Amino acid sequence: MLDSTDDQSFVKFDRVQKSYDGENLVVKDLNLSMPQGEFLTMLGPSGSGKTTCLMMLAGFETATHGEILLDGKPINNIPPHKRGIGMVFQNYALFPHMTVAENLAFPLEVRKLDKATREEKVKRALDMVQMGAFGGRRPAQLSGGQQQRIALARALVFEPELVLMDEPLGALDKQLREHMQFEITRLAHNLGITTVYVTHDQTEALTMSDRVAVFEDGRIQQLAPPDTLYEEPENSFVAQFIGENNTLEGVVTDIKGPDLCEVKLDGGEIIDAKPVNVSKVGDRTRVSIRPERVEMNPERLQEGAHTLKAEVLEFVYMGDIFRTRLRVAGNEEFVVKTRNAPDQVRLAPGTHVDIGWLPQDCRALDA
Amino acid sequence: MSDTTSSGPMLAADGTPLKTSLARALRRQKLRALALIAPLLLFVVITFIIPIASMLLRSVENQIVSNTIPEATAALESWDSNSDTAPDEAVFQNLFFDLYRAAEAKEHTKLGTRLNYEQTGTSSLFRTSGRKLDKVGEEWQDPIEDIAPALKDGETWYAIMSGTGGEAVLEARRTLWNQMVPGQFEGDVGLTLSGEIAAMLPLTTAAYADWAIFEALEEERNVSKRDPWEAVYAALGLDMRDADVVAAVNAYDGPHAADLQLIAANLDQLPDLTLREAFADLDEDWLDPEVWQTIKIYSPNYTSGYFLNAVDMEKGPDGAQVRPENQQIYNKLFIRTLWMSLVITGSCIILGYPVAWLLANLPMRTANVLMILVLLPFWTSLLVRTSAWKVLLQQQGVINDILVWLGFVDDANRLILMNNATGTVIAMTHILLPFMILPLYSVMKTIPPSYLRAAKSLGATNWTAFWRVYFPQSVPGIGAGSILVFILAIGYYITPEIVGGTDGVFISNRIAYHISSSLNWGLAAALGSILLAVVLLLYWLYDRIVGIDNVKLGG
Repeated sequence: MLDSTDDQSFVKFDRVQKSYDGENLVVKDLNLSMPQGEFLTMLGPSGSGKTTCLMMLAGFETATHGEILLDGKPINNIPPHKRGIGMVFQNYALFPHMTVAENLAFPLEVRKLDKATREEKVKRALDMVQMGAFGGRRPAQLSGGQQQRIALARALVFEPELVLMDEPLGALDKQLREHMQFEITRLAHNLGITTVYVTHDQTEALTMSDRVAVFEDGRIQQLAPPDTLYEEPENSFVAQFIGENNTLEGVVTDIKGPDLCEVKLDGGEIIDAKPVNVSKVGDRTRVSIRPERVEMNPERLQEGAHTLKAEVLEFVYMGDIFRTRLRVAGNEEFVVKTRNAPDQVRLAPGTHVDIGWLPQDCRALDA
Repeated sequence: MSDTTSSGPMLAADGTPLKTSLARALRRQKLRALALIAPLLLFVVITFIIPIASMLLRSVENQIVSNTIPEATAALESWDSNSDTAPDEAVFQNLFFDLYRAAEAKEHTKLGTRLNYEQTGTSSLFRTSGRKLDKVGEEWQDPIEDIAPALKDGETWYAIMSGTGGEAVLEARRTLWNQMVPGQFEGDVGLTLSGEIAAMLPLTTAAYADWAIFEALEEERNVSKRDPWEAVYAALGLDMRDADVVAAVNAYDGPHAADLQLIAANLDQLPDLTLREAFADLDEDWLDPEVWQTIKIYSPNYTSGYFLNAVDMEKGPDGAQVRPENQQIYNKLFIRTLWMSLVITGSCIILGYPVAWLLANLPMRTANVLMILVLLPFWTSLLVRTSAWKVLLQQQGVINDILVWLGFVDDANRLILMNNATGTVIAMTHILLPFMILPLYSVMKTIPPSYLRAAKSLGATNWTAFWRVYFPQSVPGIGAGSILVFILAIGYYITPEIVGGTDGVFISNRIAYHISSSLNWGLAAALGSILLAVVLLLYWLYDRIVGIDNVKLGG
């Protein structure tokens, strides 16, 4: 997972470990390298170590072992205020006793910029987030979305090269969140700043990032661009965590090539799959199929492809898609999503259908 | 919406005005809410509002002079208080009967004590004079009894005085008694005064009525059988000085008219003593115009005298004037109280702020232990804590011993840490510290650590982050703590009393002195009222400058 292009890396975690109590490692051997200008998201369930990594980068936590490099220089012993890293906090942390303009001027004041420059930069930053008219207000007089913009502007006003964001959209409602996702990405790319973004919301991670690092149990499980992450998860945790996913358990019975193997499910059925985390016949595996890649029309399948008998248990109309829950090989939580197209049939519960899939959409992962 | 087009008031569905309807609906709720808080309201009114009101009232109340010697103060009205001689005979004559009455009821010493606050020596003047008034009366009693032996007998007097038509005189005298001792003189006296005698011998009738009321209602004796006071004889003698009275007596034909006419015939045997001379004989201070000035200045029912006294001024004949330098004490005490309370508040902020910060930022377990240490003093008696400071601070005490042992202080020059302002400040800072720490802590607890992190990530050093971001947000806690500590300190009593010596006592110690030792409650009330006003003023100032909305006790 270590990026080979070390020379270009702007942010680099080198074998970083972190323990709070001397007994358990919260972050286990973290290696990560980011080129300048990248938007990287740390995604993971709570307690997976992602926020700890961010705090170590910001300087609020010290690494127990290993080195963190910024632009080639180790920063382990540099205090936070000298790192020059912009940060957006979960609850924005806008200073309540200062006006919006004073909040924005704060990082410039401590950098001892003169008044005229300060005012100009504050104005530019406010305009950048379309909040030019709100300079005289107090944070408490702003809505959640407006506070979020100000927090963003404050993290950017002193023109840092690296910006950290700790679940910044967590407190917003869905519509505003989607809007801000777009806006943050646009700003980050326009300004060319390197961004480390922490979230537990996978949609956010997928829509915003250049690359996503999936954290679990103190390790990066997979570091990849969003499409790779979704379509080609490297292990069953990532497959489960990202998007909706159907799993079936079984044993590898035959490996026919690098992209095709046969798996005998625990119920006795044989299916085709793509071997990802299995190496030899006899390995236990958990195969994963995305709900939208399941085919219920056998005509569309390849010649000689294996199919499974399935019984419809539930049909949910969701507007743009239909969500059909099936019983497949003893699994009653097998979900199929189909597009709401004019020719699409709506299956009534109790109907029996044959389902299948392309072998490359069905990934045989670790058990 | 369509209903609002009419110009009249909004109507409810049944046609009554909406406001009436709403008020009716809310009344039940309001009554229920009132019933719920009624016990507390009652408690507060009885134990807080009423005592404060009575204190405020007591600081201006001054009925005692006009209630105890009503006729003398009335007669004094015409006396010029700037004159350098004592008033004339009329005033002394009224004083004699007023004071006689007061002496019998033992009220004259109270008046003496009251006036002694304003002029020293008045107390003993009233006490000794009151005791000797009988002797003055005997100057007349002895010759009268020699002339008309029948008048030795109380039954004779009763017969002379009884009749009809004099009820008004009796009731007037009863009112005077009740003014002096409220509610004490109700009921049947067993005497109906003769209107004819009352018109003929006004002084005698009044004195006899005074005696009869006291004898019947206070001593609970039968008036018809008892001998009257010496003052009644004096009154008879004084009445007889008027030629018209003598003529009327000679023409009188009521009961025992012969005895009265006997006296009228032997006026030359009665003393020609004036009461002015009599009082001067008792104590020559009675001729001192200053005594009379004091009585006159304090004869109105309400006085600003206590308040003037409380700010080192006094009432002179020409209005308020500043007391002589060597009698000034309260202004100095007020300023000292304010200044030392400020110093104590300041020390509490300096000592309490770091502790509160630790409490708010340490891990839960450690913070709890620290919290117990902070609260521990609360669970110890105030007296014990202050006494402990006495042990620590005295010249042969623990602190001095350690300093001497360490060699910081020479054994011969041990620090004087107690019985002065230093002792009061040290002990009170310790005692009031929790009142600063707790509000500070509860405010600091609500400041999320992310603010400091945000400030540091924006490039602020630890100090800048603290001073520009953390400190301003903790100011409401400082405000709340300061108000608490300052207001508690300004009225503190026990600690300055024990460790304050003379230089470290507060105004409250003086108030306590006037409440329990000098018994000058009016002055104590005036001092207390001023203290209350100062606190309210400071509270108002604080509200204007800092804003009371900025005070947080938590949340």
